[in-house]
Amino acid sequence: MEVEAAELIRDGLKLVGAGLAAIGMVGAGVGVGRIWASYIEAIGRNPASKEEIGAFIWIGFAVTEAIALFALIMAFIILAS
Amino acid sequence: MASPLEQFTIEPIFELKIGETDISFTNSSLWMAITALVLIVFMVVGTQRRAMVPGRWQSAVEYFYQVVADMVRDNVGTQGRPYFPFIFTLFTFILFGNLIGLIPGAFTFTSHLAVTFALAAFVFVGVTIIGLITHGFKFFSLFFPHGAPIVSAPILVPIEIISYFSRPISLSVRLFANMTVGHVLLKVIGGGVVGLGSFFIIPGLLPFAFLVAITMLEVMIAVIQAYVFAILTCVYLNDALHLH
Repeated sequence: MEVEAAELIRDGLKLVGAGLAAIGMVGAGVGVGRIWASYIEAIGRNPASKEEIGAFIWIGFAVTEAIALFALIMAFIILAS
Repeated sequence: MASPLEQFTIEPIFELKIGETDISFTNSSLWMAITALVLIVFMVVGTQRRAMVPGRWQSAVEYFYQVVADMVRDNVGTQGRPYFPFIFTLFTFILFGNLIGLIPGAFTFTSHLAVTFALAAFVFVGVTIIGLITHGFKFFSLFFPHGAPIVSAPILVPIEIISYFSRPISLSVRLFANMTVGHVLLKVIGGGVVGLGSFFIIPGLLPFAFLVAITMLEVMIAVIQAYVFAILTCVYLNDALHLH
């Protein structure tokens, strides 16, 4: 009886932990938005630089998105442990 | 109801054991072999004619060569030329692996941390050894601050060392997490299509449209992740060869 209650509490807290871990993706969302905001502003200031900078945004996007996915993987690990 | 994580289970196709070690030919190995075969056929048959004015297939192969050659030349310089075959193999293997995994029913072998960490570990250890052979003990000046006061060294050096060791981890987890999360998302929305469309077709069309959009996103992510893996390898190689 005690053991069942403890298991239920543990499973419930696991869900809470996974939800909290996923909140970390907010920062990455802001970061990814800033990449394109600065790209558009740079094109506004100097339309000729579109091709040169255009290669970098994808690298910046992937590296920033990786942080979001680290948080998500933490959530999955907590959920599955 | 099956979990969306079940698609990543590794099942042996031919059991094979040496003593205690299990080296069975699994579904992951099968799709790695299929990827390698597709790559070899694409490259070899494409350049069979060796025409001076290339046809479509040869142009496609030359395009891959040009992309990776430009990447190596822009990020490493002329000293990186000997490492071009390795970067080319790495880039095309991960790219084709990611893309072939999007075929329904296929297995994405890059969605396993074991696979991506093996690739990232080879890159990390290889780049460190290249740096040590090229520069000897001067390689460790990579961790010392260049223009900063020597007083801050005890704080900066451990931070630099930790960030250097975080490179293989971030490289491998970035690829693994992107592929895993992408396929889990596809599975969950696919389940939504089946669930909503099971009693009447029209409710299933909305998640199906979403599924089409997500699949397009996944194709873009597959290409970008392969490109980022390769270009970060070039950047780390540049760090080791040219020490900032």
